[in-house]
Amino acid sequence: MNHLVLLPVLIPLLAGSLLLVAGRAGKAVERSIGLVATAALLLVAVLLLVRVGAGELLVYYNGNWPAPYGIVLVADRLSALMLTLTAVLSLASLLYAINGDDRLGSRFHVLFQMQLLGINGAFLTGDLFNLFVFFEILLISSYALQLHGGGRARVRAALHIVVLNLVGSAIFLIAIGAIYAATGTLNLADLAAKVAIAGSEQAGLLRAGGLLLLVVFALKAALIPLGFWLPPAYAAASAPAAALFAIMTKVGVYAILRVHSLVFGPEAGAVASLLTPWLLPIGLLTVIVATLGVLASRELRRLLAHLVVLSAGTLILTLGLDSEAATSAALYYALNSTLVAGGLFLLADLIARERGEAQARLDREQTVARPALLGTLFFVGAVGVAGLPPLAGFAAKLYILQSAFLHPAASWVFSVVLLSGLLVIVALSRAGSALFWRSGDTAVLQAHSGLLPTTATTLLLSGTAALMLAGGTATAFTQATAAQLADRTAYIDAVLSNQNLVPSPSEGVAKDRSPFSLRDKVNCAARQGESPSGERGCPGVQGESPSGERGSSGGEGPLEEKAGMRGHKNQSVTFSAPLTLTLSRKERGLLQHPPSRKGGS
Amino acid sequence: MEALLSVLIGVMTASAVYLLLRARIFPVVLGLSLLGYAVNIFLFASGRLQLNSAPLVEHGLAQLPDPLPQALVLTAIVIGFGMTAFLVVLALRALREFGNDEVDGGDKP
Repeated sequence: MNHLVLLPVLIPLLAGSLLLVAGRAGKAVERSIGLVATAALLLVAVLLLVRVGAGELLVYYNGNWPAPYGIVLVADRLSALMLTLTAVLSLASLLYAINGDDRLGSRFHVLFQMQLLGINGAFLTGDLFNLFVFFEILLISSYALQLHGGGRARVRAALHIVVLNLVGSAIFLIAIGAIYAATGTLNLADLAAKVAIAGSEQAGLLRAGGLLLLVVFALKAALIPLGFWLPPAYAAASAPAAALFAIMTKVGVYAILRVHSLVFGPEAGAVASLLTPWLLPIGLLTVIVATLGVLASRELRRLLAHLVVLSAGTLILTLGLDSEAATSAALYYALNSTLVAGGLFLLADLIARERGEAQARLDREQTVARPALLGTLFFVGAVGVAGLPPLAGFAAKLYILQSAFLHPAASWVFSVVLLSGLLVIVALSRAGSALFWRSGDTAVLQAHSGLLPTTATTLLLSGTAALMLAGGTATAFTQATAAQLADRTAYIDAVLSNQNLVPSPSEGVAKDRSPFSLRDKVNCAARQGESPSGERGCPGVQGESPSGERGSSGGEGPLEEKAGMRGHKNQSVTFSAPLTLTLSRKERGLLQHPPSRKGGS
Repeated sequence: MEALLSVLIGVMTASAVYLLLRARIFPVVLGLSLLGYAVNIFLFASGRLQLNSAPLVEHGLAQLPDPLPQALVLTAIVIGFGMTAFLVVLALRALREFGNDEVDGGDKP
């Protein structure tokens, strides 16, 4: 059991709870708790990244319940990569926030940690329903973070997001219900195994469920036609919140990638490659619409929000190419675009503060106090996000186009991606010249105080340069990640292999009952339903089986007696009565047969 | 029973969508609640419909319901309740901010 996997969920939860209590102790205490927790998160994420980098899949069985029945957290390369990205982004956002933005509204730090809890959980969970729960956690925190600071624009945007996402949650639940009805499981690994052998009579439900999932994840990832909520919301959000939100669309993309590669992959029998035909067109459409949005924006933050949509679209169209190289390219692109988008949101806030009344509107009314510094940062960010050499945006786009080269739809991909790149460069250079190249003598405003915000912004924006310098390492890792995603049997085996786990309270006694794993019991139950006499001794489940032993099992007698009486090969197995009780109570749900405590009475 | 249940879910969902499209806060809240009910019943039905079975567990009965959908429905109810409460509070704030109950905050930008 590897408890490291639980920490990215546990740390924000503990820190958030602590912050709720510590709220009265003053801002300094709050800030230090938040910072320490986020830094610890980064440390844990990096440790996980190193651990799984060797190709190991770390599975955490909550409460030590075996896989298809209990809830699992799974850390593979993809999860660890996304966790690290989240931790870096959140640390920079928090550094920016503690300079004063966290005073704009109440409970910023609590919400921030809860948001991290939801995001990390969504990246780690190996269970479809738990994905829903973590989505809800991250959503309800994001509603409140969206509102952070108040004001009409934020309230209106939050209202839209809440209503849209409530409908999205309903659709998510319908999808979960459909998939559960078809397969009887929600564990992603088990689901992958079951979907692959599902018959044609289940195909309809599975298809409906899978495509509804795509709808939900597309809403989170802000893909067109479900992404129009994003630009006004992110443009209105306070800077640290908007920077953290840069990872939110990637959560949606991650969910699509996970479900697409694991459950509805090419080996998925009746529903093989269910999502593939949709991804490429949706991605292309999203890129086109977002590019138009970028061109039409008259305010820097709205422009950046459209860029976030554009990057999500690019990711989805790359995933739609459906090859290992494309997945690897998409991951590299995701790293770069998230860091740069987060950095640019922070930068936009710095610019808006220094321009006073003019805010971040793209006009020449007002200039900034530190044109050299902010101009340079903006230049770096623009180059990084538009995909110009020498920064990582360029390498990522090149990588994507390279992986699209032999695809039948290559002409579409090339023309849309390249044209959108050109238009983004036009829009960004227009924005930059409006903001920084003003020749006039309007009084220069006071520079925004504090070194911290600038440092945080620089940290994120230098991410694109770092990704370029460490390009070889980064792409080697993303390639390994893509290869691991393609190898779904390894994932299924890793999660489902630990069948012999028993619930932790009885761990001490577990060895005594080792001949019976939970899976054995389930098999037993099934087998006893089919055949008149169970093939092996099945403790606790022989109750209503038509084996005719009801009378002989002696009413309320302890199970060791029964196991002995059945005279099979498991005579040596003994059970302590309380253990049997706990187990059978919990297993009752798993077995469609009741335990036989009242068997013969 | 299957027909009755599916008609029920369908009618509730249709009403919910109609209410949602009214784009005023109160109908929207009602619509979301209705949609929640419809979804919960659908989730419940994903564990198969059975007559004459125990509600959860009963000794001596061979036919037991699948408890997982019930657990899912419980979780969904709790989450839905929390979200609706948040939405209502947010709606009150929006009412104070905009002076009307339209989801778009009226025509003013």
